[in-house]
Amino acid sequence: MIKMGAKHMMSNSLRIAWKDLMELFRNRMGLVLLILMPLFMMAMVGFIFPSSTSSLSNVPIALANEDTGFGGYRLSSTFVMTLNTINENTGMMTIANASNLDDIREMIQTGNAEGGIIISSDFTSSIMNGQQGTITIITDQSNPQMSAMIQTVLNQVFEQMGTALAQQNIAEQLGIDPSSALAVVKPYNIQVQGSIEGEFSYFDFIAPGIMAMTVMMSVMTGLPAAISQEREVGTLDGMMVAPINRLSVILGKTLAQMARGILQGVLILVLAIAVFGVTVHGSIFLVFALLLLGVFSFVGLGVVLTSFAKDQETAVMMMTTIMFPMMFLSGVFFPIEQMPWFMQSISKFLPLTYVADSLRKVMVLGADIPAISTELSILIIFGVVMTAIAVPVFKRAMTR
Amino acid sequence: MESKSMIEVKNLTKKFGDFTAVDNISFDVKKSEVFGLLGPNGAGKTTTIRMLSTLSRPTEGTATIGGYDIVKKDNKVRQLIGLVSEKMIMYDRLTAEENLRFFGKLYNIPKSTLNERIDELLELVQLTKWKDSKVGTFSTGMKQRMNVVRALLNMPKVLFLDEPTLGLDPQSTVEVREFIKKINKENETTIILTTHMMNEADILCDRIGIIDHGKIAALDTPANLKNSISGANTTILILEIANLTPDLITIVRYLKCVETISQENSTHIKIHAHGDDAFDSIIDAIRAKKGNIVSMQNIKPTLEDVFLHITGRTIRDKADQKIQMPNHGPFRAQRRIR
Repeated sequence: MIKMGAKHMMSNSLRIAWKDLMELFRNRMGLVLLILMPLFMMAMVGFIFPSSTSSLSNVPIALANEDTGFGGYRLSSTFVMTLNTINENTGMMTIANASNLDDIREMIQTGNAEGGIIISSDFTSSIMNGQQGTITIITDQSNPQMSAMIQTVLNQVFEQMGTALAQQNIAEQLGIDPSSALAVVKPYNIQVQGSIEGEFSYFDFIAPGIMAMTVMMSVMTGLPAAISQEREVGTLDGMMVAPINRLSVILGKTLAQMARGILQGVLILVLAIAVFGVTVHGSIFLVFALLLLGVFSFVGLGVVLTSFAKDQETAVMMMTTIMFPMMFLSGVFFPIEQMPWFMQSISKFLPLTYVADSLRKVMVLGADIPAISTELSILIIFGVVMTAIAVPVFKRAMTR
Repeated sequence: MESKSMIEVKNLTKKFGDFTAVDNISFDVKKSEVFGLLGPNGAGKTTTIRMLSTLSRPTEGTATIGGYDIVKKDNKVRQLIGLVSEKMIMYDRLTAEENLRFFGKLYNIPKSTLNERIDELLELVQLTKWKDSKVGTFSTGMKQRMNVVRALLNMPKVLFLDEPTLGLDPQSTVEVREFIKKINKENETTIILTTHMMNEADILCDRIGIIDHGKIAALDTPANLKNSISGANTTILILEIANLTPDLITIVRYLKCVETISQENSTHIKIHAHGDDAFDSIIDAIRAKKGNIVSMQNIKPTLEDVFLHITGRTIRDKADQKIQMPNHGPFRAQRRIR
């Protein structure tokens, strides 16, 4: 008897899901938007967020050489020459000449320069007298992200140039070969290596999160909208008056929304791989299993909200209100560790955090099931608890 | 006709917060009877239908359909009933056939039986030609025909029709009414329909329950309901007065014999009165105020009059409370019926 009931419930759910998908695929405009949404999302995130600092190219920089020289020497010329040589190789900057600080300010204000370099007037004299020569980096505070990047890059360049100069001086003074001299100047050889081979960009970090987010957002906004729309139009009564389990309505709708979400997820994955060079290091099946688990983990929340929402408008608004902070707090765009402590605590209660995290581990680090077992169990617990709350609430709401 | 009850409603009540939409109603509907719930908008008709069709849970009281309790045995009840709701239960993006197939499958009807039935039903409402067209492209009349046959997929023993002709043009209205009669005769389907149209109730229903403010105010056959007021020494007059003024209406309204008065247009008023001298005292009162009576009609009661007669007292009570606005009473009475 129970077995029969379950079988009927499943087949009715599938019927409802099929019907919903049929409606979806006959809505041309909706279908176009369905495909465009992940496309836009990927294009935005992929092109706007920089993949690394080395991507700086042709940044206009003003250079003011105020060095007055000392005893016929002008060490700054050598400095500028070296800088030019380095820049020719990397093509990071377009260097324009400026006369002084005011000139640089003006160039930044008019937008002719993104930053500036000043070589101090006592540059040569200081160095010749055994002091440090001063180089000032001028930044454009109206563009903090850019100025931070310029600062980092120039610091690196100057550091390298300084090291090379020191290495040369030590070698000459102590009469040792340059590699030994380098060991004196910089005793530590620091190397960076990822836990996985290959090059990684910001995009590798963000792609799994975007995927998780799109799939969930699709289900979470789609489900309340689909149910309240049917309630408003009146077709929900047509299903409710039939001798079917109330739950097959919600199950069917969830299945349809899931199919829609997964379709978008696949689109994102294909784009990420084909256009943005993302490589999936783990099992692709595990990726989709995680996405499905993610949907399960908070579809209950969607159902509860659907039960409370009186109309479609309210339902969609409620979902957006919840989705928006969830997007930022779950570490999809920015690492959770960057956030203040109270936000970090909130993010621990968002299932999306665990989906994005585990998905990242699988896609980037090639993690297998045991490696993400903590996230998996948390997601399962989320899902079971939410469903346990949602089912009775929904059943009550349907016979209001 | 069998006398066995198909539907038994006992003390059915539905409250939404403080508001009582359906207030302790009881009635029986016999097998293959057409039973009408007649009342103004907001009287509780739709709420009653929703409770009986298991879409809404009663706050108190109970009802059985075919012997099954609507709450405890809701799935048994659902097997027996069909619902034609005020809203169209139909997906615009699916074709006529797809719509019927989707809903039919929810009743677990075997495939071959369902296919036959879909063909029959589409033939019945002359939509066979359009079976592969999307319902979104249908006219309102076609949609409503679909809406009715959709409720017949499971061959229901009881059919609920909530305002089945609302918003239809006169021709479609007639078609739908004919169709309802046909279903009732040929399949012996018990029908409960709600309407706010008096003539519709009169034409279609074997018995009518007049419902107002969530209560059943009267319940009988249309003929008996009409007799009940003409037998009670009631006079119904339509007067045409050339110089009709609000003052004149107020004076007539407070005559002892007058029960209700309603203004039909700028010169016509309709008066319900009782007692032997009603006629004389109304005419005297109007003439005393120099009212110029152009024509006069003494008419037979219709269901509309029954409705006014039954609910009229409350309308007049309300008018009394708002005596500063003499026009309020009669206009209100008009609006309530439409």
